[in-house]
Amino acid sequence: MRITQGTFSFLPDLTDEQIRAQVEYILQQGWAPSIEFTDDPHPRNTYWELWGLPMFDLKDAAGVLMEVRACRAQYPDHYIKVNAFDSTHGFETLRLSFIVNRPANENGFRLIRQEIDGRALRYTLQSYASDRPSGSRY
Amino acid sequence: MVWTDRLTACDKYRAKAYRVEPVPNTGPGTQTEAQYFAYIAYALDLFEEGSIANLTASIIGNVFGFKPLKALRLEDMRIPVAYLKTFQGPATGIVVERERLDKFGRPLLGATTKPKLGLSGRNYGRVVYEALKGGLDFVKDDENINSQPFMHWRDRFLFVMEAVNRAAAESGEVKGHYLNVTAATMEDMYERAEFAKSLGSNIIMIDLVIGYTAIQSMAKWARRNDMILHLHRAGHGTYTRQKSHGISFRVISKWMRMAGVDHIHAGTVVGKLEGDPSVIAGIYDTLREMHTPRDLQHGLYFDQDWASLRRVMPVASGGIHAGQMHQLIHYLGEDVVLQFGGGTIGHPQGIQAGATANRVALEAMIQARNEGVDIWHEGPEVLAKAARWCSPLRAALDTWKDVTFDYTSTDTVDYVPTPTAA
Repeated sequence: MRITQGTFSFLPDLTDEQIRAQVEYILQQGWAPSIEFTDDPHPRNTYWELWGLPMFDLKDAAGVLMEVRACRAQYPDHYIKVNAFDSTHGFETLRLSFIVNRPANENGFRLIRQEIDGRALRYTLQSYASDRPSGSRY
Repeated sequence: MVWTDRLTACDKYRAKAYRVEPVPNTGPGTQTEAQYFAYIAYALDLFEEGSIANLTASIIGNVFGFKPLKALRLEDMRIPVAYLKTFQGPATGIVVERERLDKFGRPLLGATTKPKLGLSGRNYGRVVYEALKGGLDFVKDDENINSQPFMHWRDRFLFVMEAVNRAAAESGEVKGHYLNVTAATMEDMYERAEFAKSLGSNIIMIDLVIGYTAIQSMAKWARRNDMILHLHRAGHGTYTRQKSHGISFRVISKWMRMAGVDHIHAGTVVGKLEGDPSVIAGIYDTLREMHTPRDLQHGLYFDQDWASLRRVMPVASGGIHAGQMHQLIHYLGEDVVLQFGGGTIGHPQGIQAGATANRVALEAMIQARNEGVDIWHEGPEVLAKAARWCSPLRAALDTWKDVTFDYTSTDTVDYVPTPTAA
């Protein structure tokens, strides 16, 4: 399966040139780009690991691309995403977030159905990868 | 005047018309009888804190029925910050909704389950699963899907949540379905909302016809229960559509932001329902901005400071399709739910393909816009390019290429831009 989190997951994987174009857009908007990675892609896993702090003062998209490549080199089989933080009052949140690296084999999620009262079910989503300890999942 | 008035500071409580202006293009020399804008001020003491019912009973209570008035329309209201701060506002708001869904940088995608009447719970859930798995973020109950012989509400909720969770497992994304909890009594609505929550739904839905007090109650319930609250504006066309009498939908939008809903249907410009571009811009600004300056050409008659009341996500629904993606993003921006009902479920290759076509069209258009492409002019090429590798999109573009709803709007703004000499 293909995890379709992030702004552009229904498109073919972005090339580095396309990533650079999005980062340029982020910088034009005055947002701060940042990079995060994980081997636990559960949709409620909000806190992926930070690849350094958000790049608040960076002006050049090439710098972000350099960091993306460095993160990929260290974690070739992790999910990696580029985020954009907007500190404008009323937003103060992410404005763009897209995946720039994913494992060769995405093994997806198990849906656990616990039968409870009457016909009702309690659903739990569990990544098959998280059966294994962190660091040896993909 | 009654003698007991003299026991009160009655002047304070009287409404004060402080300005009267002729409506442009009415009166002598035009086809229309003279009409006037009356600007009326009311004292803050008239209004109970945090009560839309009290506010509206004063503002639109008896006056609309007075014999001397031929017609009357409430065009806009300025709500003082002091009064705004007595309202909860949206239970969730755009920012927190996106943070919960983990979806940023693009409009959200939805669809209303079709046909709306006659599907059993089990068949209904099939539509929901296919649409979510294909790429939509949300599917929606229609306004009159409540609890009927063909599908009782508990059946619907159970099968729909199976569909939502399966689609989440297949995509790794947060998915949702607006479970309509509209019912005969508040007790029934609370029961349905609690059941939705117990099944893990992240969003519920109500209809405008339940009334302002019921809407405020559900907004408070939604805030207490981490639930997104979707409002379907069923019935509004009976009083918002005519230019000369009723209430502008801008005002309803303002009240609903105060009342505390998270989503509201607010027009598409290009679809099948009423929606002049300037009117829609005024409505969308009312829902989404932190400050809306007076802008007569968008029907905004006053500066409005929103005092950080959360933003409402507008929903564009009704006769829109993937081929209009560039126009939709141009007119409606990014913080909006685009709902393609027929455009998803009517796809010749099936519902999943319909959903995928819409999602690919959307992501390709956002990507192009961010890359600096002038999507208003080059949108069709962007779509054609994506359709080369995405056959569902190709089929969608072929199917709906000629569908437009080019009618004149009945609700238009009274002030139009005056051309200036170059």
